[in-house]
Amino acid sequence: MGTINRRELLSQLLPNPEDFLIVSGLAGASKDTSELTDDGSNLFTMAGTMGASVPMALGVALSAPSEHVIAVAGDGELMMGIGSLPTVASMMPENLTIICVDNGMHAETGGQLGHTSRRTNLAVMAEGAGIPSIKTIENPDQIADAAKFIMNDPGPRFLWARVSDGPPSAYKRDFDLALRRQIFRDAYLAKT
Amino acid sequence: MKAPDREVWSRLVFDKLVEAGVSLFSHVPDFGNTDIIKMADEHNETRSILLSSEEEGVAICAGADLVGARSVVCMQSSGVGNCPNFLSLVKGGRFPMLLIVTMRGDYGEENHWQYPMGQAVTPILEAMGVLVIQVDREDELEHATEAAISAAFTGGQGVALVLSQKFLGAKAF
Repeated sequence: MGTINRRELLSQLLPNPEDFLIVSGLAGASKDTSELTDDGSNLFTMAGTMGASVPMALGVALSAPSEHVIAVAGDGELMMGIGSLPTVASMMPENLTIICVDNGMHAETGGQLGHTSRRTNLAVMAEGAGIPSIKTIENPDQIADAAKFIMNDPGPRFLWARVSDGPPSAYKRDFDLALRRQIFRDAYLAKT
Repeated sequence: MKAPDREVWSRLVFDKLVEAGVSLFSHVPDFGNTDIIKMADEHNETRSILLSSEEEGVAICAGADLVGARSVVCMQSSGVGNCPNFLSLVKGGRFPMLLIVTMRGDYGEENHWQYPMGQAVTPILEAMGVLVIQVDREDELEHATEAAISAAFTGGQGVALVLSQKFLGAKAF
């Protein structure tokens, strides 16, 4: 576990969130991204389909190559869809960044410890999958460097952000996925 | 009955999908989708995506749809069993979805292992709100493919084009 306060992480990593298309996985990751963007039209959040955030972001990235696409996933979400890391690596989308906000536990269901609190090293797994750019951070002093990594290193990128066990944002986001699909789609198609 | 030529029917399906604007062909390799994926690799406006598990393809289709693109997932029937949770995107999110399922475990199957999942394909898809369009005969393929494309990309439905072993022929053991 790291010493980063997750509620201060994304705003420093992505100071201009409107510049990205963001897909976030269930629970804390989507609470944090919805606060970051004020549930913006460039964000698709999940409250189910555990494991879907990385492949959905891959679908966006391959179909919108001029956009910088960000997947934000908790450690439990990422583990459930871990096979999508080699899928990403095989396609090599230069415009995709995966951010794993790792609190080492399933906080949404009561704080049960996850694999990364035991023996699992996500940076090694991402490297083994073939992701070319990987960075690990675990204290607040490293966030500024990680923000540069997201903007400058060759994609696809994997950022493993080890955070402390504090709660995610309490932001109340819209759970209507059909409506959120329409809002995201309309906003994207209107600007292209 | 002689099984239809795979390259011929694959060409028909692939050309219809390209004509409908499909650009991404996600897949877990199967004997039945070999030619379609090869065609997707060779065509200059389409790409194939090798998946670790079929459910990733469901999420990729949804992601493509978010930015107005069209994609399909090709899988063997076993892969349908890996997809139900992610198919929540169809029923809950009204994401259009087109799955191309090449069957095992139905007509003429000789492998014990294939039957349980093969026989569960249609109930699982229907339980998750995915329309099943099954092809048993070569002369059904063209209209079935058109119907599946219309259902997904005009009608906004989740749909599976299921190519049965009556159509494909059964693998010999």
